[in-house]
Amino acid sequence: MSSIPLTHILFVSTALFFIGMYGLFTRRNLITMLMSIELILNSVNINFVAFNKYLYPDKLNGVFFSLFIITIAAAEAAVAIAIIINLYRSHRSIDVEETQEMKY
Amino acid sequence: MNGSQIIFYLISAFILGTAVLAVTTSKIFRSAIWLLFSLVGVAALYFWMQVEFVAAVQIIVYVGGVVVLIIFSIFLTQQSGSEMPKPSLKRLLFAVLAVLFGFAFTYNIIAQYGFTPAVVKPFTVPVTAIGEQMLDTKQYGFVLPFEVVSMLLLAAMIGCIVIAMRWAPKGKPVQKPPYPGMNGKSANIPAISKETMEEKIP
Repeated sequence: MSSIPLTHILFVSTALFFIGMYGLFTRRNLITMLMSIELILNSVNINFVAFNKYLYPDKLNGVFFSLFIITIAAAEAAVAIAIIINLYRSHRSIDVEETQEMKY
Repeated sequence: MNGSQIIFYLISAFILGTAVLAVTTSKIFRSAIWLLFSLVGVAALYFWMQVEFVAAVQIIVYVGGVVVLIIFSIFLTQQSGSEMPKPSLKRLLFAVLAVLFGFAFTYNIIAQYGFTPAVVKPFTVPVTAIGEQMLDTKQYGFVLPFEVVSMLLLAAMIGCIVIAMRWAPKGKPVQKPPYPGMNGKSANIPAISKETMEEKIP
C-alpha cells in the first residue's frame, strides 16, 4: 500500500486535471464543458485525499475538504444545468459560440 | 510489484482512459457515459486509498446525482445520437499544446518537490470520527462550514427552480416551443422561429 509513492497519485490527478482542461478548450457545447469541469473537480478531490493520506495521516482535514468540494460541485452542476435549460429555451441552442448576447 | 500496486495502476489507467474518451467522443451521450465510468474509477481510487466514506459519497453524489442530471439535460436539449461538430484543427492543435505544456510544467514541479511522507502510520478513517468532527463546535470542528454549505444547497435548490421555471406570460397559456427536435444548430433554424421567440418573451 505505501509502496506507491505520492507522486504517482499526483501524476494521475494532474493528468485528469489537464484532460479536463483539454475538454474545456476544445468543446463548444455547454453540457460537455460542464462534464470537463466535473473532471477537474474530481482531480482536485484526489489531490486532497492523497495529501491527507500520505502527509498528515493523523488528521482528517483533506477528507473534509473533498466532502465539501463534492457538495459544492453538486450544487454547481444543478445551477449550471438550470441555466443551460433556460438558455436552450430562449436560444434553441447550447453552443457557446451562438450565445453571445447576455440579454434575453 | 505486488497486487496493491497492480490494482493502483489498473485503476489509474481506467480513470485516465475513460476521461480521455469522455472529452474526445463526438457523441454527447457517449461522452456522458464515459464520464460516468471515469467517476466510478475515481471512487475505486478512493476505495484503494481506504477512505470508504468519501468513495461512498462520490458514488452517491456523482454517479447517482450529477451524471443522471447531465443525462437528463442531454435528453432535454439534444438529440442523443447526433454528432457534435469537430473542433477546428487550429484550436485542437493549440489546446493539445497548451495542455501538454501545462502538464509538463506542473508535473516537473511535483516531481522535483520531494515530498517527505509522514512516519508510516495506518491511515484509517472511521465514519464516527468524520461525523464527530463534522459537527464539533470546538476548535478544528467543521460545524460552521457544514451549516454554510447546507444554506448554500438550499439557495442552489431554490435558485434552480426559479431559473428553470417556465414563466408564462399573463393571460396566455404556455405553448410548446417550436421545433422540439432541433439539435442546437442555429443555421437550420428558420427566421420564423426567432420571431416567435421574440413574441413569446416580452
